[in-house]
Amino acid sequence: MAFLELDNLEKFYGPVQVVKKFNLSVEKGEFISFLGPSGCGKTTTLRMVAGFETPTSGSIRIDGQDIVRLRPNQRNIGMVFQSYALFPNLTVAQNVGFGMKVARRPKAEIDARVKEMLGIIGLPDLGARYPFQLSGGQQQRVALARALAIQPQVLLLDEPLSALDAQIRVSLRSEIRAIQQKLGITTIYVTHDQEEALSMSDRIVVMHKGKADQVGTPVEIYNRPATRFVAGFVGTLNQIEGRVEDAANGLVIAGGQSLALGRRLEQSNGTSVALAFRPEALHRGEHPGEIGLTGRIAEVHFLGAVIRMKVDIGGTQVSLDSFNRAGADLPRAGDDVALSIAPGDVLVLGD
Amino acid sequence: MNRWLAWGVLIFGVLYFILPLYGMAEFSLSMRRGVYSFDAYTKVLTDPTFQQTFSYSVMMAVFTIIFGVLLVVPTAYWVRLKMPEARPFVEFITLLPLVIPAIVIVFGYIRLYNTSSWLPLTGSVTGTNLLLMFGYATLSLPYMYRAVDTGLRTIDVATLTEAAQSLGASWATILARIILPNVLVAVLSGAFVTFAIVIGEFTMAALLDRPAFGPYMQLLGANRAYEPAALAVIAFAITWACMGLIQLVSRFSKHTKAQR
Ligand SMILES: Nc1ncnc2c1ncn2[C@@H]1O[C@H](COP(=O)(O)OP(=O)(O)OP(=O)(O)O)[C@@H](O)[C@H]1O
Ligand SMILES: [Mg+2]
Repeated sequence: MAFLELDNLEKFYGPVQVVKKFNLSVEKGEFISFLGPSGCGKTTTLRMVAGFETPTSGSIRIDGQDIVRLRPNQRNIGMVFQSYALFPNLTVAQNVGFGMKVARRPKAEIDARVKEMLGIIGLPDLGARYPFQLSGGQQQRVALARALAIQPQVLLLDEPLSALDAQIRVSLRSEIRAIQQKLGITTIYVTHDQEEALSMSDRIVVMHKGKADQVGTPVEIYNRPATRFVAGFVGTLNQIEGRVEDAANGLVIAGGQSLALGRRLEQSNGTSVALAFRPEALHRGEHPGEIGLTGRIAEVHFLGAVIRMKVDIGGTQVSLDSFNRAGADLPRAGDDVALSIAPGDVLVLGD
Repeated sequence: MNRWLAWGVLIFGVLYFILPLYGMAEFSLSMRRGVYSFDAYTKVLTDPTFQQTFSYSVMMAVFTIIFGVLLVVPTAYWVRLKMPEARPFVEFITLLPLVIPAIVIVFGYIRLYNTSSWLPLTGSVTGTNLLLMFGYATLSLPYMYRAVDTGLRTIDVATLTEAAQSLGASWATILARIILPNVLVAVLSGAFVTFAIVIGEFTMAALLDRPAFGPYMQLLGANRAYEPAALAVIAFAITWACMGLIQLVSRFSKHTKAQR
């Protein structure tokens, strides 16, 4: 049995359903990201775990115990907010020690833990400052230390980095991950930034309209998206509309060309499907063992290490990335090109 | 041209305000013929009735402030947190004491809580004091509520509450350790206004027959010449000291120093 289990969780606001049949099992020490567009219900789901919203139905179990009935202050769950939410009237050290003080821990223990926490977040000397005397990045680190100081069973973070500028965001990202791994704390991290989710998580939950579309490791999510939405939301994905010609032999007609995928398809003959592939999977030239295609180059963007091209295949524009090599000629718009792609890199997406 | 007009208006305003004050202060110092002296002040300050009524009113003010804070801070907090749609309604209610005369309130009290009623508060001294305190709290409600509500606006009440809750804090802890300290400056400014109101209030204290400072001032004013002027200057000084304290307090709170 998993450490944290969300079972058929649902939430209605009046007649509007914002979370639908949400199931998730999180192992102890795992780092899970909720990834999805704005308004898909990430925050709502997280707040139900924290206890700030009551699920309309379903259960939330930590270590086998159903916590839906518990009030937020009885759940022992750490929470980090987008707006830091440090207590402005308390110093950094008092902020970090707040949870333990509320729990009436002895002063010596509080002091020791506060010191340890400030060390972990790399701000050992700022204990006496007030929140307004800190930068945004520092404030968010203190907020993290405050949430961790109570040794919570689960740590929840709701877009903790989105109020910070790009540079700090990237460095703090790896710092949070390192702290999480060091303490081995079970974590749910809400974000709409796919780079963040892909780089930090053990597993990602891609959410769409209140549902968990796919749960998987970053590699699975990126390489084998389960739905069209996941495929389109994570990374750049080319899609060409097509029709199954021969499911048994994996023959699909797309962009006026016949493609042999060399594997059995689930879809029956005649159904329309989308063929999806990453820009870096498609390359110029003919390669044995791969699917051959022809197209016409529409645009060429030289980005330094990478050359990004838009290629027209039977009326659909797709992106193609190739590495720049010294001495190679830059293709020109209007050229006809031969293209190839490994059959395994082509996803067949039904509706 | 415009500038002269502005200066003119300013000077007129200052004179309008200062002259009566000056006249009163001057008069209060003229008890001894021909020379300025503090005789009137000495007389007033050494009068045992002054001391009794003044300390009675100060005590009432302190209790009123404590009661007002306990009533207003949780209410304003709760309204902001849980029922923001009720805010205009609550604001309207807190404004009512400005339009309902104190005399109406106190007659209402006397009718409701007289010795032959279901809760004979006016039957005992403690009961009457309690009633008077409720009356004072009502009078100061508009100022207290507004001050606290404005203070609450400067912090993110909802998120701070949730942060504290996730750290294990109960409602009482959140109010006492997070909310109150953060609106302390606002609470204190409300408290000083309350203090000034209670010290000068006449109607309620007189009709409930309590030995407060307001009725004493009135009594003195009706029977003496120089002492009332001295008393008025003293009352003024107290009010201004309160205002000064508001300023001072908002400066000494550490965590708000550099906030924009
Ligand atoms: N208190 C509420 N009352 C009614 N509807 C709400 C309430 N809170 C959220 N919603 C709705 O629920 C849906 C999901 O909201 P939620 O905050 O969970 O989205 P999110 O995935 O966190 O989005 P974002 O990335 O913008 O933060 C939204 O459509 C929102 O309008
Ligand atoms: Mg959100």
